[in-house]
Amino acid sequence: MPELPGTERVGFFTDTSVCIGCKACEVACKEWNLVPEDGLELTGMSYDNTGSLGASTWRHVAFIEQNKPLGGQQAHRTHEAHENMDVLALAAQGSATPVAEAAVTPTTPGAPTPDGRTELRWLMASDVCKHCTHAACLDVCPTGALFRTEFGTVVVQQDVCNGCGYCVPACPYGVIEQREGDGRAWKCTLCYDRLGAGQEPACAKACPTDSIQFGPLDELRERAAQRVARLQETGVPDARLYGADPDDGVGGGGAFFLLLDEPEVYGLPPDPQVTTRDLPRMWRHAGLAALMLLGGVAAVCTRTHRRSR
Amino acid sequence: MSEARVTRHGLEGERPGRDALFGNGTDGQLAGVGGSGKRRGGERRMVPQAEFSSYYGQPVLKIPAWQAKDIAGYLFFGGLAGAGSTLAAAAQFTGHPATARALKFSSLGAISLSTVALVHDLGRPERFLNMLRVAKPTSPMSVGSWILAAYGPAAGLAAASAATGLLPRLGTAATLAAGGIGPTVAAYTGVLLANTAVPAWHEGHRELPHLFVASAAVAAAGMALLVGPRAENTPARRLALLATGAELLATRSLVTSAGIAGETYQQGRPGRLLTTAKRLALLGTAGAALLAGRSRPAAALSGAALLAASAATRFAVFHAGLASARDPKYTVLPQRLRLRAAGADAPGGAG
Repeated sequence: MPELPGTERVGFFTDTSVCIGCKACEVACKEWNLVPEDGLELTGMSYDNTGSLGASTWRHVAFIEQNKPLGGQQAHRTHEAHENMDVLALAAQGSATPVAEAAVTPTTPGAPTPDGRTELRWLMASDVCKHCTHAACLDVCPTGALFRTEFGTVVVQQDVCNGCGYCVPACPYGVIEQREGDGRAWKCTLCYDRLGAGQEPACAKACPTDSIQFGPLDELRERAAQRVARLQETGVPDARLYGADPDDGVGGGGAFFLLLDEPEVYGLPPDPQVTTRDLPRMWRHAGLAALMLLGGVAAVCTRTHRRSR
Repeated sequence: MSEARVTRHGLEGERPGRDALFGNGTDGQLAGVGGSGKRRGGERRMVPQAEFSSYYGQPVLKIPAWQAKDIAGYLFFGGLAGAGSTLAAAAQFTGHPATARALKFSSLGAISLSTVALVHDLGRPERFLNMLRVAKPTSPMSVGSWILAAYGPAAGLAAASAATGLLPRLGTAATLAAGGIGPTVAAYTGVLLANTAVPAWHEGHRELPHLFVASAAVAAAGMALLVGPRAENTPARRLALLATGAELLATRSLVTSAGIAGETYQQGRPGRLLTTAKRLALLGTAGAALLAGRSRPAAALSGAALLAASAATRFAVFHAGLASARDPKYTVLPQRLRLRAAGADAPGGAG
C-alpha cells in the first residue's frame, strides 16, 4: 500500500497481461461503494455477464476468446506435415476407425507449440473510468456536479447531480450512465472516500494478481513503460499501452491500460477525443447561424415594408 | 447445418467461430466488419471495405437515455419559439401588427412547451433551477439554460403586453429583447447535440447549428402562415422559401460531413423522417409561394406542413445520433482511419 499521495495525481495502471478474470475487482467495488445489483443475466459473451461499464458497474471485466497464438509463437501455421495427406481418402475410412487408432478425434486438442501452449487465447481486462485529464463529462456538466478532486480524479457529487444526462453521450469511452429509476449519473469515483483516508481503491486492494495497480500517476507510467518493454522483448509484440500518452485526445487517462491487442477488441475507442476541443468552433458556427437568421428575417420583412407602403 | 466442405485444400465455407474478433490479425490482416457491423441487404458502402473489430458488437459509447419526445420536442419548440420571436419583432416594426401579435403568443406557448419537455426530461421542476447554479461556457447546456432564463421572461412579457395592451413601452422592449435573443435559442441546441461523442452529431458539428437555425426559421414561417392574417403573410412566404432552401442545403452538407456516420441519416427511421421532412418542406414552400397569398386555408395548410417538416427534421437528427452511438462501427472506424492517416497507429498495429 503506497503512502497517502497528498495532492499528487493518482490513478490506476491496469496490466491486462496478468488479469485472470476473477472479477474480484467488480465485487470489491460493488461492496465498498454500495453499488446496487444491475441484473443477473447471461450475456452469452464468454464469462462476461456484466456487459459493460455503467451506472451500476464501475469495474467491468471483459473476456475475449481468440484463435490467436500466444506471445512467442510464429504467426503462420505451417501445413507442410499434411501436404501429402489425402484427406478425402482418409474421410472415406469413415468413422469405422476405432477411436484408439484415429490420429485425430473431435476432442483432440490442437497441436501444442514448442512451449506447450495451444492456439486459443483468452484476453481478460478489467475496465474502469479513465479519469481523463481533459474530461468531457466534467466539461459539459451544467450544474458543476462533476468536479476534479485534489487527487486529480473526476467525481460526481450525487447531491448536486441534476439528472440531465448530458455527461452520458459526452463521454468518448461510454463510461458514465444514468441509473434507472434514479435519473442521476453514476460512475467510478476511484474510491474518493478511501483515498482521503489513505487507503487504495477497493478494486486494486482486492486484485489478487496486481493486474490493477494504484499509485501516483507518474510512477505508474514509469512502471508501465518498463512492463510493456519487457513484454515486447520476451515475445509479446502486440503488448501496448492505452491511455498512457499525455498527448492523446483526452490528455491521457488517470487510469490507463496495458493491452495485448487493439483497443476496440476490448470495446475501447482507438482514438478518443474530448468533445469540447471543437467547442470554440461550434460556438462560432452557432453565432454565425444566429446572425444569418437575424439578417434573413430582417431581409424578408424590410423589403415587404418598402413595397407595402 | 454446417455449410463447410472438406476439400483437398482444406476446409471451405467454414463458418466463423464465436470468438471475439480481433483487429491486427497475426499475419497483418485486419478482421473484417463483424458483429452488428453487418447489415442486411446489399446496400452500397459509403467507404472502402470497413476494417474494424468490436467487443461482441457492443456499442463503445453509452446511448443517451433521453426520450425522443422530450429532447427532439425540446429542440423543435425551442427553435419555433426563438425564430418566431425574431420574426415577431421584425413583423411589428414593418407594419405587420397582427402577425407580430400572433407570433408572440405562439412563441410563449412554444417556449413553455419546450420548458415542460426539459423539466419532464430532468424529472423534477426544481431541477431546472439547479441548472442556474453555475455558468459554464464549456457546457452548452449551461449556456442554454442561461439563454432560456433570459429569453423566457422576455417572450412572456412581450406576449403579456400584446394580450393586455398594458405597459406598451416595456412590451416593445421585451419584443426587441426576445427577437434579439431568439436566434441564439435556436442556434445553441445545435451545439448542444454536437458537443457530444455521438458520431452523427459530433462529426457534423459545423453544420448542426446552421441546420437547426434554418429548421427553426422553417417552423417560424410555418407558424406565421398558420396564425397570421393573409394580408400580412408576405414576409412569412418569403421566409419559407429562404429557410427551406437553407435547411435542405444544411441537411445535405450535414450528411456529407458526418463521414461514415452520415449513413445513419439515410437509413431506417432517421432516413424516412428526413425524406418526410424534405417532402413536407417542399410542399409547404410551394403552397406558401403559389397559393398562400390568395387563400387563407392554403396558407394555413402550407404553414402546418412547414411546422411538421421542422419537427420531422429534429426527430431525424435525434434518432440518427442514437443509431450512430448504438453501432460500434461508427465510433471505431473513423478513429481507426484517423490514426492511420496520422501514421501514429499503436505499436504492433497493422497498417
